[in-house]
Order: sequence, then C-alpha cells, then structure tokens
Amino acid sequence: MFLKEYISDVYQGVRSLLKGMKKTGYYFVHPSEIITQQYPDNREQLHLPERFRGEVVMTHDENNEHACTGCTACELACPNGTIKIITKFDVSPEGKKKKAIDTFIYHLELCTMCNLCIEACPTDAIKMAQTFEHSVFNRNLLTKKLNLPNSKIREGVE
Amino acid sequence: MFSFQQLAQQTHAWLQQHTGSFTVLVECAIVAVFAITLFAVLGLVLVLLERKVAAHIQIRVGPNRVGPAGLLQTVADTLKLLMKEGLVPNLADKFLFNLAPFIVMMVAMLLLAPVAFARGIQIWDINIGVLYISAISSISVIGILMAGWSSNNKYAMLGAMRSGAQIVSYELSAGFSVLCIVVLSGSLRISDIIAAQENGWWIFKGHIPVLISFVIFIIAVTAETNRAPFDLAEAESELTAGFHTEYSGMRFALFFLAEYINIFIVCAIGATLFFGGWMPLHIAHWEGFNHVMDYIPSSVWFMGKTFALILLIMWFRWTFPRLRVDQLLTLEWKYLLPIGLFNLLLVAIIAIMGWHF
Repeated sequence: MFLKEYISDVYQGVRSLLKGMKKTGYYFVHPSEIITQQYPDNREQLHLPERFRGEVVMTHDENNEHACTGCTACELACPNGTIKIITKFDVSPEGKKKKAIDTFIYHLELCTMCNLCIEACPTDAIKMAQTFEHSVFNRNLLTKKLNLPNSKIREGVE
Repeated sequence: MFSFQQLAQQTHAWLQQHTGSFTVLVECAIVAVFAITLFAVLGLVLVLLERKVAAHIQIRVGPNRVGPAGLLQTVADTLKLLMKEGLVPNLADKFLFNLAPFIVMMVAMLLLAPVAFARGIQIWDINIGVLYISAISSISVIGILMAGWSSNNKYAMLGAMRSGAQIVSYELSAGFSVLCIVVLSGSLRISDIIAAQENGWWIFKGHIPVLISFVIFIIAVTAETNRAPFDLAEAESELTAGFHTEYSGMRFALFFLAEYINIFIVCAIGATLFFGGWMPLHIAHWEGFNHVMDYIPSSVWFMGKTFALILLIMWFRWTFPRLRVDQLLTLEWKYLLPIGLFNLLLVAIIAIMGWHF
C-alpha cells in the first residue's frame, strides 16, 4: 500500500497549501480587511478596541460624585505601587465619623496597565480610559490626582 | 495599429541606410540600452509590487508615504543604496567578493536574450532557446557560491552551500517540465514553441499532464530563484541574510535586483512555454473570438501573463512557511522528480498518439 500512501500524501499536501492560499488570497482582494490604522492622520476618527487600556481614571457623575470608598483594595492589588490613597474622616451632621478619600494619587509613569486595580475595586469607582497620548516634558505631570476637587462619595455606595 | 515589430523594422531600415556596415554594432548598443533600462524599471516596479502584495496579504497597508500612495518608495530606496558605502570585510577574498554580484547580474542579463517580448521582438531567436535558458540559469549558482565563499562569514558560507544543493536539485524538475513542452511542440526554438500555440495555449491543449508539469515548473523555478518557501539560502531568521550577509551598498543592490530580474525571466519563460508568450488567447475554429483577441497588442498579452505568474509566485512567498533542508530535498527527490518523470512519459504518449488538440 506504499503507492496509496504516497498519493494521499501528495493530495493532502496540495490541499493544505491551497487552503492557505485561499485565505491569503481572500485578504489580498479584500482591502477592507486591513487592520493598520494611519494613526496621526486619522486621529479624529481613531477606532480603538474596546479592551484597549490607556490610563486609570475615576468616573464622576454630573453631581461631581464618585464611587470610591477609600477601601485601598486597588492600592493593595497594584504590583508596582502605582496607586496611593490618602484617606480622611468625614463627620456627618449626626456627628458620626465616616472614612472617605482625601486624595487618590495615581503614578502614570509607574503603571503597566495590568488592569488589576480595576478588577480589585468592589464599587467600580475606577476604570481604564482609552487615552494614550501621555507624553509630557516634565515627569511630575505624570503623577495625577484622580478625584476631582470637592468631589464626594455618591450616596448609598458602601 | 501600433506595433513594436513595425518600429523595429523601420529602425533597422533607417540604420542600414545611414550607418551601413556598423548597423549590427549600433543595434547591439540600442539593445544594451533597452536591456539595462528594462532591468532598472523592473527592479523598481517589482520591489514595490512585492511590498504592496505582501502588505495586502498580511492585512497591512504597505509603503504609503513617499509619493502618491507610496509609488516613489523604491526610487528613494535606490537613491539610498547608491549613496551607501560598499564595505568589503577585512579578510574577504576581495577579487571574488567584488566579482560575485556581477556574475549573478550577468547571468540574469544573458537569460534575457531568447525571451520573446512581443510579436517579432526578440533579442536572439536561437535555435536551442530552451536549452540555452536551462544551461545559463544554472550558472547563477556559481555567483552565489562565490559570494558565500569569499565573504569569509559562516552564515554566508552556509547559505551559499544550501543554495548550491537546492539549485542543482531543482534544475532537474524544471528541466523535465520544460521537456514536456519541447516534446509537444517538437522544437527548442522559442519562436516555434510560441507558433505551436497559435490555436490554443499548451496548458489548455495538453490536458492534465501539462497542468501537472506547469505546477512542477512553478515550484522548481521558485526554488531556483531562491524565493520563499525555498529561501533557505537567505533565511533571515537563521542565517541573517545568507550569502549576501556581508554585502552592502550597490553590490547588495545588484544581488537584490538580480533576484527580481530572475523572477521576471522565469515567469516570462513559464508564460512562453505554457501560456503562449505573446500569443493572444486563441480557441481553434472560433474565428470571430480569435479576431477580437488579436486586437489586444501582443506586448500586453506577454506582460499580462508574466505579471500574473509573478503575482502567483509572490502569493506563494507570503503564504507558505519555509522548508527545512531535508524537507526541501525530500520534496524534490521523492516527489517532484518521480512525478515529473512519469508525467513526461504521459506527455510523450500524448504527443506520439496526437491526442492533444
């Protein structure tokens, strides 16, 4: 049965080669499949994938309220000390003390966009933004304060 | 209607009238100028074409900054190569090192002689045209071995040795598939082979055996021109650049140019043998259809067929993975050669019995 094997070898080889050529040929005649983006030219209509990670931001709603409770889960989750949370105690009108964030410090220059802080956050207060043009002339500008001035924790977030 | 044949005849008559006995010399000079111009233009066009085809196959855009849609990219590259320093390694065999690119280039130029570009446009219609092509094309391995040996570099040496084994093996298969056409048309002369395809190209007239020999021919010439998937001689990932590792500047450009010229020539020969060269698409007894096809100039037919084959070879290059040395030799000696031999027998039977159209 040597001859049979030989012929089936040739057939299988040719078939798999033609399969590959079909795929590349399809790409060749369909320029719409091109995934390269002409970045500086198409800056206005740039299309980034949904999961692209540019930097960590804190979401604020229209009342300048965020959802960060200051639990420091993100700070503990961060593998390279990118996040530093300074907490304070708010005193409610009833005289009860409540823990809240004073400053959410984010060192962009140390961040590797690993997404661990976002996964650790129990209240979805922070998320990854898609901005990526981060270059600045002074590295101090890369240390960011994520909570906006005078922002408060949203009612009901524990 | 405009035709190159008329132009050539008029030029010949005019030259005979004005230069007398020096006509042949003047015509040689004209042919040389045309050949060199063709080489330069082909180099520019084919390199750009290759990069664009590669980009589209790999879902990229390719060169798109220099000139409109990147059309001047290769011109810029050529200028860069012209201005670069041609470095010679300290311990290289300087004479052979400098000679090698010119040998490779000369082989490419010699191969141009029997190629028929259009009706009546052929530099040298030699009566052993096909044999001449097979003989000359194997000389290029000497240039490659020379380059590899004289560079005094282990990568260059390995690449050259691989190339030697490869070209010597695949010459056989290419020879057998060419022989099929020689058997069918009964002549080694290129113009006779084209004339035999007046009522249909061999690929259609010769049934399946000619189709098989065409496939073998395309595989063998891809290997002979050292192109992927048979680019073991260069194998960027293993041997940096193989036999031309140590070359830079214009000498490197000559190797690069020779590769693309060789592709053009082998595709032109493939088009001549299997697709009728400049012969328009004729179908026997379809007079009206044949007449319409004759209106397309023969040079357009030739160039169209050649570039279609070039695109096919480029398609191979950007689809298939590189073979290992043992796989390369297995493919040749265990598959292509026996199939080619058996196929030649079939073609001989077809030719003797007159079964082809």
